[in-house]
Amino acid sequence: MRKTHKISAAYLGLFMLFLYAPIAILILYSFNNSKGRVFTGFTLKWYRELFHDAAVLDSLMTTITVSLLAAVLSTIIGTMAAIGINRMKGTERSVIMKFTYLPILNPEIITGVSLMLLFVTSRSILNKIHMNFEFGMGTLIVAHVTFDVAYVILNVLPKIKQMDQSIVDAAMDLGCNPVQAFFKATIHEIKPGIVAGFLMALTFSMDDFVVSYFTAGVKYQPLSVLIYSMTKRRVSPEINALSTMIFVVVLAALVIWNALQIRKERQLRLEQSAAVKEGMR
Amino acid sequence: MKNRFSALLLTLMLLLSCGLFWGCGAGEKTEKTAVSSQRAETEEAEAEYVPDYDLEYYERFKGQDIEINVYNWGEYIADGEDGLMDINAVFEELTGIRVNYTTYETNEAMYAKLKSKANNYDVIVPSDYMISRLIEEDMIQPLDFSNIPNYRFIDEPFKSTDYDPDNIYSVPYAWGRVGIVYNREAVNYEVNGWEDLWNEALSGQILMFKNSRDSFAIALMSLGYSLNSENQEELEQARDLLKKQKPLVQAYVQDQIFDKMQGNEAVIAPCYVGDYVIMKEVNEDLEIFIPNPTNLYIDAMCIPADAQQKEAAELYINFLNEPDVAADNMEYIVYSTPNAAALELLDPAYSEDEILYPDASELENCEAFVHLSQQTNLTMDEMWTDILSSDSAYRAWAMPVFLICAVAVIICMSIYRKRKKQRESMDDWN
Repeated sequence: MRKTHKISAAYLGLFMLFLYAPIAILILYSFNNSKGRVFTGFTLKWYRELFHDAAVLDSLMTTITVSLLAAVLSTIIGTMAAIGINRMKGTERSVIMKFTYLPILNPEIITGVSLMLLFVTSRSILNKIHMNFEFGMGTLIVAHVTFDVAYVILNVLPKIKQMDQSIVDAAMDLGCNPVQAFFKATIHEIKPGIVAGFLMALTFSMDDFVVSYFTAGVKYQPLSVLIYSMTKRRVSPEINALSTMIFVVVLAALVIWNALQIRKERQLRLEQSAAVKEGMR
Repeated sequence: MKNRFSALLLTLMLLLSCGLFWGCGAGEKTEKTAVSSQRAETEEAEAEYVPDYDLEYYERFKGQDIEINVYNWGEYIADGEDGLMDINAVFEELTGIRVNYTTYETNEAMYAKLKSKANNYDVIVPSDYMISRLIEEDMIQPLDFSNIPNYRFIDEPFKSTDYDPDNIYSVPYAWGRVGIVYNREAVNYEVNGWEDLWNEALSGQILMFKNSRDSFAIALMSLGYSLNSENQEELEQARDLLKKQKPLVQAYVQDQIFDKMQGNEAVIAPCYVGDYVIMKEVNEDLEIFIPNPTNLYIDAMCIPADAQQKEAAELYINFLNEPDVAADNMEYIVYSTPNAAALELLDPAYSEDEILYPDASELENCEAFVHLSQQTNLTMDEMWTDILSSDSAYRAWAMPVFLICAVAVIICMSIYRKRKKQRESMDDWN
């Protein structure tokens, strides 16, 4: 009994080590005085320089803006699409579902190159009718939405399937029109799916390099593309500092969210036990 | 009713994405002004040199809301770090021209981006051989040198180069040579030629360039041939030499050379001299030997044929050749400057370094890359793949066999499933 416990603890420890050792090392090097991997002393200068480096900060802003906007848009589009798909039947449904899987199964580089070609062609067409179209924030967002939507659909669809249709029926019985029924009943039932889809879209957008590489313009260079371009010489330690800060922010957000969740649960339990006591009396 | 609803939703989805398309170009123009005013905070460091920029020249576009798109190597311009000038910010402040600055990691990546016509660039910084390729393919245009007065500062050896013999298309940005960096303690003898990269005593501690052109150049030079050789036989000899070297090589690297050499994980490697100077600052034991002849590389500024703001781009090129600007820039990137006036302003720690700025006589025999014929490029790429995959453990038949097995497994599984389904439906029937 005891022995298995030790083994499983060791396994867990090893697993955590593999997961977090790279991040720990990255954090360590963000405080390294030299630019290389040789540790020559503690410093905060990379953090200081990071805040003066307009190129890195611009790229960070680009990445955040693009992934947020793309995630919001694809959440809206994806949720609508999921509702639509849920109502389809037979071949129509299976064809649309196959198309939904496509951006996920398709190698990213193909998505990236084909989107670039699409934008180049549509630009030449638009320019003919004297409309201004350039690679930039717009193309980045459209490109990100194309692969984000699939994740939202796949997260929302099961929730819609699980949903008790009679809730919507009840809402309609009580005088809602379909739109009201959607906003008052459906959306509350499928909320966990929507939130999960949004977060997933956000994560994939933030992580994306390949698609952004092909669809970025001259004004907005996403962080991943900027970092990759540094590999000819050396990736600046400022990037370590930036990654550390992103990690800390994400960690803090998770901790706060969990704390809130725990507090909510405790409150719920307190209320419940109070109610039970009330009942006993 | 349900079907109509779903159709409506799908059309809405399509319309939304279309709407996004139309909106693309608009709305991009505002945001950046805040950033540029932030950038302007950096002060100028030069104490003894008072920059004397020709204001009449630089301010001609002021207030016209012009922007130029600059495409340069990553980490290849002074950006305000280490108290040096934030070049783009100062240029924006001085001229009122906005600089959209993006970066790439290889000549080939830059070429592909240019060729795709996804974006219009006004200034690019390709290396020697890429410049001759771009000239050949009419992708860059002649410069108006009357608009780049600071071209007069460029040193003679960097004019009339192999890639731009008539000085029409390019203004050199930085240059350097390829040498052999080694760890004095670990190698414990004086390295004196390319052959040392083939020394079996150092097996497993040798690094080599990751790209075919640079590696072939080293093999060709050690055989005594031109690094621009297109002779099949010479290339084959170089290939055999590189194949012979492969078991001794620890890794084929690009930027990892910094970490590996600084951290004593490898003891000998070919490298660009500028990178050696940076490594030496961290690891005192590193030494360099520069064979003669060696590869002289030059990165130069050019203007693509489809540039939209040629005149403003020339202003930018000229600004980068202002002595104090070029000096600060070179202190940041630590390659060698072709700008004679900048050299005088440079920190003596760099300008008196014979490795960075050798005697002109030493450059005479050096060779720069030129663009090779497509046939040679193809051959070289094939040979390079051959070298990298010539592992003793590698079996040519492994991949197809694996694929066939995978397909067979998938087919078996689907047949099994179908059978099972059939059996189940039979059971139901019974």
